This record gives sequence, C-alpha cells and structure tokens, in this order.
Amino acid sequence: MLNRHAVELGILAALALECRVAPESVFARKNYFYPDLPKGYQISQYEQPLATDGRLTFAVAGEPRTVRIRRVHLEEDAGKSLHGDDAVRAAGHAEGYSLLDFNRCGVPLIEIVTEPDLRAPEEARSFLETLKLVLEYTGVSDVKLEEGSLRCDANISLRPKGSGESGVAVEIKNLNSFRFVQRALAHEIERQAALLDAGRPVVRETRQYLEATGTTAPLRGKEEAQDYRYFPDPDLVRLVVDAAWQERLQARLPEMPAAKHARYLDELGLPEHEARVLTSSLPLSSFFEQAIAQGGEPRAVANWTVGELCRLMNAHAVSPCELKLTPAHLVELLQLLDAGTLSRPLAREVLEASLLTGNSPRAVAQARGMTQISNEAELTLLVDRVLSAHPGPVADYLGGKERALGFLVGQVMRASGGRANPQTVGRLLKEKLGREG
Amino acid sequence: MRLLGSIDRLASELARKEYSAVELVEEALDRVERLDGTLRAFITVLPETALAQAAAVDRARSRGDRLSPLAGIPMALKDNLCTRGIPTTCGSRMLDGYRPPYSATVWRRLEAAGAVLVGKTNLDEFAMGSSTENSAFFPTRNPWDPKRVPGGSSGGSAAAVAAGEVVYALGSDTGGSIRQPASFTGVVGLKPTYGRVSRYGLIAFASSLDQVGPLARTVRDSATVLHAISGHDPLDSTSAAVPVPDWAARLDGEVRGIKIGVPLEYFGTGVDPEVARLVRQAVDLLVGMGAEAAECSLPHTEYAVATYYVLAPAEASSNLARYDGVRYGWRAPGAKSLTELYTLSRQQGFGREVKRRIMLGTYALSAGYYEAYYLKSQKVRSLIRQDFDRAFERFDVLAMPTSPEVAFRHGERASDPLRMYMADALTIPVNLAGLPGISLPCGFSRGLPVGLQLVGRPFEEETLLRVAHAYEVATPEWRQAVPPGIAAGRGDDA
Repeated sequence: MLNRHAVELGILAALALECRVAPESVFARKNYFYPDLPKGYQISQYEQPLATDGRLTFAVAGEPRTVRIRRVHLEEDAGKSLHGDDAVRAAGHAEGYSLLDFNRCGVPLIEIVTEPDLRAPEEARSFLETLKLVLEYTGVSDVKLEEGSLRCDANISLRPKGSGESGVAVEIKNLNSFRFVQRALAHEIERQAALLDAGRPVVRETRQYLEATGTTAPLRGKEEAQDYRYFPDPDLVRLVVDAAWQERLQARLPEMPAAKHARYLDELGLPEHEARVLTSSLPLSSFFEQAIAQGGEPRAVANWTVGELCRLMNAHAVSPCELKLTPAHLVELLQLLDAGTLSRPLAREVLEASLLTGNSPRAVAQARGMTQISNEAELTLLVDRVLSAHPGPVADYLGGKERALGFLVGQVMRASGGRANPQTVGRLLKEKLGREG
Repeated sequence: MRLLGSIDRLASELARKEYSAVELVEEALDRVERLDGTLRAFITVLPETALAQAAAVDRARSRGDRLSPLAGIPMALKDNLCTRGIPTTCGSRMLDGYRPPYSATVWRRLEAAGAVLVGKTNLDEFAMGSSTENSAFFPTRNPWDPKRVPGGSSGGSAAAVAAGEVVYALGSDTGGSIRQPASFTGVVGLKPTYGRVSRYGLIAFASSLDQVGPLARTVRDSATVLHAISGHDPLDSTSAAVPVPDWAARLDGEVRGIKIGVPLEYFGTGVDPEVARLVRQAVDLLVGMGAEAAECSLPHTEYAVATYYVLAPAEASSNLARYDGVRYGWRAPGAKSLTELYTLSRQQGFGREVKRRIMLGTYALSAGYYEAYYLKSQKVRSLIRQDFDRAFERFDVLAMPTSPEVAFRHGERASDPLRMYMADALTIPVNLAGLPGISLPCGFSRGLPVGLQLVGRPFEEETLLRVAHAYEVATPEWRQAVPPGIAAGRGDDA
C-alpha cells in the first residue's frame, strides 16, 4: 500500500524543483537478490516517474547557473549491510560476520536525477548545497548526509573540447559529504584524463570514493552487471495526481531560498551579506522572520542575527534549533537599545545571557542592574571627576586634538561600569570643555 | 449428516439450539478423522482452536449476542492464506513450519463473524497447478473417485467441502484454482471480480490475477461467504472501494430477461463432447425459465493460456524472490557463500513446477526478451479483456464449461505440463480480464461431476449469483448427489 504522505513530500520536492508532475505514474519492481533486500525486489519507479523536466538555479562565484532536473521519482529504501568492519566488532561479533539492519528497509525516499549540465567539481558542490537548502525549505527531508537522509552518487565523463558527445560515464558512490563529492570528481577528472591522454579507454563502472586517500576505486566489476528485470509492480495501482491535488500542494510550498533572498534585498532592504547568511539556513531565516513579524526593524534584526547572534551561537556551539533565545527576546533587546536603556556593549552582554539562560533581555538587565545611565546630573558628576583626573587629554582637546574627546568619553564609560549613555556623555563633555575653554 | 447441509440450514438449526457449535465442530473433526486418511484434504487440522472458537460462539449465543450466519459453522482455509500463529505452508517445503505473525484480511473478517476453522487445506505448491499433485506434502484425492485428482490448486478446499468435512472453505483463483476444483468435485466455486476481496495475507503467486473466494455447497452459501469477506481493505491497494450488497438476500430464482452469451470458442477442440452437451443443456434449461441465450465469439480466447503462462510466471518469479534462505523459510544448511545459500535453499525448498515457473517468468522479464514476451502478453491481455467488454454490451452473463474435461487420474498429466496447463484453458481468460466467475454442478459424465461456468461483468456478482442460484434451485438432483463412500442424507435447502 502506497504511503500518501511520502507521495505528497515527493510532489513537494518536484514542485520546488519546477518539475512537471506526471498526471499518472507507475511503480516498478527492481529485481535483485541481496540479504538486505528481504522481498528480493525494490519498489521504485522506472518508465513513468513521478515528475520530470525540472530545473534548479544556483550561484557559482556569484554567477547564476541552471541545472536541468531529468526526473524525480519515489522508491523504497533497502536495509543496511554491515560487513566485517568496526560496527560488526562493536556489536560483539567476530570478523567474517555480516550484520543486517532492516530499520530503514521500506522507508520511502525520492531520487533526483539531473541532466549532465554540471561542468566542474566546484559547480557540483554548489549545486548540491543549493539543492540541499531547497529540500530543507520544502520540509521533505532533514537532509543530513551523516544520517543518510540525503545521499549522493555522482556520474562523470570527459569529452574532447568542443565535442558535443559525452564520453563514457563513471558513477561514484560512498560520497559522505559535499567536500568529498568535489574531491572525488576532481580526482576522477585527473584519472580519466590520464587514461585518455595515454590512449586508453575509460571503463563504464561504479567506483567508490576512498576518504583516506581522496581517490576512487572500482566498486563492482563489469562481470557482475545486473539485469534488474524491471516491470510494473502488480501490487500497486497507478499513481494518479490530479490538478486539484497538485494545486493544493503547490499552495503548501514555502517560499524558496532564491525568492526569499530577493525579497530580503528588495523589500526589506537588507545588505547582500545578511540576506545570504539568513536564507542559507532555514532556522535562521525563520528566526529572523518571526522577529520582524513581532515588530523588529528588519535591518537591525538582520544585523544582530547575522552578527552578534551567529557569533554567540558559534562561540557556545548552540545550533539554531537548540536556541533558547526567542525572536521576541531579540526584538525586546533592540527596543531596550533604541530607548537608550542599554548601550551596545551592554546589549551584547544581555544577549549572551539570554541565549544561555532563555531569560528575557529585560529580566537579565534588571537582575544585573545593567540599565543605562542617562540621568544628566548623575553623569555630570562622573564627567567632572574624569576631567579633573586627566588634565593632559583635556589640554590636548582644547589645543585642537579632537581624538582626545574619545579618550575622555571612554574614561566616563569605564567609570560608569559601561552603563553611561555615550551620546549624553559626549554632549556633556563638549559643553563642559567649551565653557571652560 | 449435518455437515452436508448448507450454511443457511445449519445457521438456523444452531440458532434454534437444536445442537451446539461445539457439537457441530466435533462432528466435523470426527469426519476429518474418518475420511481424511484417504482424502488428504488437510495439511493442518486444528482441533483445539476449532473447539475453542465453537465454544466461544456457543457462549455468545447464550448471552443473546446477535450472530452472523457464519457463527459456529465449521470451515477451512486454503493453506496459502496467512493465519496468525497457525502454520501456513503454501504447500511448500519452503514454508514448512512458518507461522505468520499476522492474519489475512479474509480470515480476520471470518474470525470476527465467528467462523470455526477446522484446518488448513492442501494445494499445489504456491497455488501452481491444476491437480493438487504439486503439493510438497501429498496429493489430495477426489471424493468422487480416489483414483482421480480433485483439481487444483484449491483441491484440498474443494475435496473437504465435497466430502462434508467442512461446510465451506476459502480458496484462491489465479487461473481457475477455485472454479476448476469446484467443477471436479461437484461443489460451487466463486472467483470474485479482481479487487472485490482483499489479497492482504494471501501469499502471492501472481498479484495481478490472484483473487480469494469461497468453495461452498450452494450458490446462496457462496453469496453469504462472499459478503463476509468482501470490501475495501486499506492494506491492499488493489482492493476496490465499491459497495458490498447483501447478495444472498437478493436471490429470488428469477432469470426472466437475462441475456446469456454462449462463446463458441469454449466448446471447441479439446472440450469433452459430453461436457459440452451438459453445459448447453444447462443453458437450455435457463432459457426455459425465461432467460434469452445466443451464441457469441471471444476471438482471442486461443491466446489466453500462452498469455497467462508468460504473465503469471513473470509475477511469480518476483513474488517468490523473497524465499532466499535469509529472512524466513527454508535455509539450506552448510552453505559456504551467499550465492550457495541462495541456490541451495531455493533448490531444496521449491518443487519442480515452482522452479519451472520461476525460470519461465525470469526469462520473460529479462533484458532483450521483455518486449517480446512480457509486453506483448500485456497487449494480448488487453485484447482478451476487450473481447469480454464487447460481449457484455450484448449479454448479462456468459455460460461455458468450467473445465474441458471431468477429473483426470492421478499421475496422468504430471509428466506433461502443457497438457496440465490446458486444464485451465476455459478459466484463465476470466482471470486475465479480472471478471467474476462461478462454477456450479450441472450434471455427471461417467459418474463424475461436470461444472457450468458463468462469467459476469466486473463487480456484477449479483447477476452472476442470481442466474447461478436460479439454475441450482431448478436442478436439485445435482446437489442431492453425494460422492460414494460419503454418508448420504443432506436435505434440500437451497
């Protein structure tokens, strides 16, 4: 029985990649024997996939590039085989044992196949990063390479410059990070080029990437070439996706990263850097959007989110999902800053405390007595004390050295424990020195 | 001899407490004890669970619960239907000792209705065969003549009903496996429209053709059982969400105005003239009762057997891939490599006919042959279906023999698979077209039962049952005949 939710996620991914969703698609059986495939066949799609003819635009060195998507299809996962490696020993078995993990067996997955439009290893990597982001936005998968919820096989072939015909393609598996994809492709280009330069043919095969050496090695030989005997699965009826269903899903599709990025620039007036950082992480951009929805001024929220908040999350190794600080907290912090209740340095301190404790900025500031001093009488006392303690800089300022004023402001700030309102202090200092001079 | 009575009659006698469900099942178990040493209809007999189920029905009745007409009625299941915790062998060494962790939907529905499961019946291994000689355990005998086969692959279910070991049984029909044994043993066998009954828990042979249905003593009983097992099942995506009428309540013996088509191809070469004569005689009788009949043609009939023997094995080759010695089923001891584990387990676990079909099907799906065999057969399948579509523009039902011949002798065709395959030539097209078909007794040739096959439009079991029932009521002599050696005494209660 087909899992409706899986179909909907597949359609969402297809729509996000601007594919044409087939009004009818067919599930096929891919027949082969392997111990981690308990039915002896994998349910997949072959001749009539869920969706075709899509595209994804991404940037390489700031330049937009578009890759055509050949197809998006649904299939089931097989189990996992563990052979004589650390995992087998860890499970308390001797070498020579193989273990089978059926936990992911039958779990639905989608396969996305591109046209051969990528030209360089770094393009492949940028494409994958953008694809990952798009999939994360759709909510189709949590796209974790390390957990296998996103996997990648890369095909590569070389051809003479100017030739329209592709060379023999080699498939590379065991690519556990985008960095490895880039490295494996680079290595494969070198290897294939060396073969071709020497007048030797490239063999059509599946190779695996070896992390230790950064090279590739054959995975299975040609003699084991399989005939999968694909045929329509008679247990599953044709999948019919009518226009109404597709429209409902289209409406559910969230704003995609590229559109969001453009909106941040054009409508919210964010600088490029901040727009890019925010849209490259779904949790970060949704934090940002919640904050502005609660009245935060977009540029200030973006500035603080991308700057101070990201710095603190890095420093404390807190991921956006684990963040105790709420968007409302950030808005509150910016209000305290605006009102002059907190100085920038104090605001940073409060942000860090809120991030670590989850307490609201107002509560943190109050608990620590950290409200800014704007009271002029109070500040005048401090200003007078600093002026009498530093006659040298005073003389310098009066002699025309404007920079000495900064030093004096700093001293007042220090004397106030950082709580003095620097604008007020500056004004008071000028007034005093002007009068006295 | 209560067990030769119909569900209808036994249900009302149980309701009147003329005897208890426990007494009834004791009688069934006693008959199995006495008869099955010769017949060998059962692979597994379940005295304890059957007695417990019967006792539960008796308790429910004494509480005054509203009970299904099937409550307390002893029955049997073909051993390719999964029964939770109860061995389910599929007639194969491969699944010897297998106890499914779940029950087929049909059994869950019957169990909920208070059915009393006497045992699991013999079949050709993985339902592949027409004689029940391909069982890995033993062949089943025909109650009408122990030297002859009961047909197959639901031969155990057919023999058990014919001999009065149970009142009804479920079988499965991929190419005639309910109707042909029903015909050979003189009972009623109904293959519902593809999608009418859930296949969940039916161990798959050919998924696009398999369908579960009843073997019973009367048409009305078939209707009662069909009603209990029909309906959409969220666990089987090929099960149809269509209404399930109360067929039994609508049987009124009326056939006036019904248009019966008689396809000439089903009376040609290979059909025993005596069988053909009895079937035509049955049609004449229906005409005498007010039906109209005319000859017609289903021109692609001759390609049905060849088409079937590409498509069914192709699906089977994939469906049976799971028996690889890894997860369950027979695992060959002493294998030294993975390939050896696969080859030895399958070599030892499967019988000849199953291996033959796996090879046929693997071949038909292989690169380079797929278009010529599998795809071509799918196209012919469409043509066969269109033949029926056209015929049903003119007719309400089609009438023809179920089997070209009466039951044959044990061993007679075991070494000639092609001749064996022809035994299903008249039932296979109905599976290819996904239509409902029923076989019911229409006389005897040389002392052996002959079956009349009626075929209806998709999901129009009602018309099919109505015509079958009318014929049955008009010919009580066929139902009153009892196999020699089987105690007589069943009454007329259709």
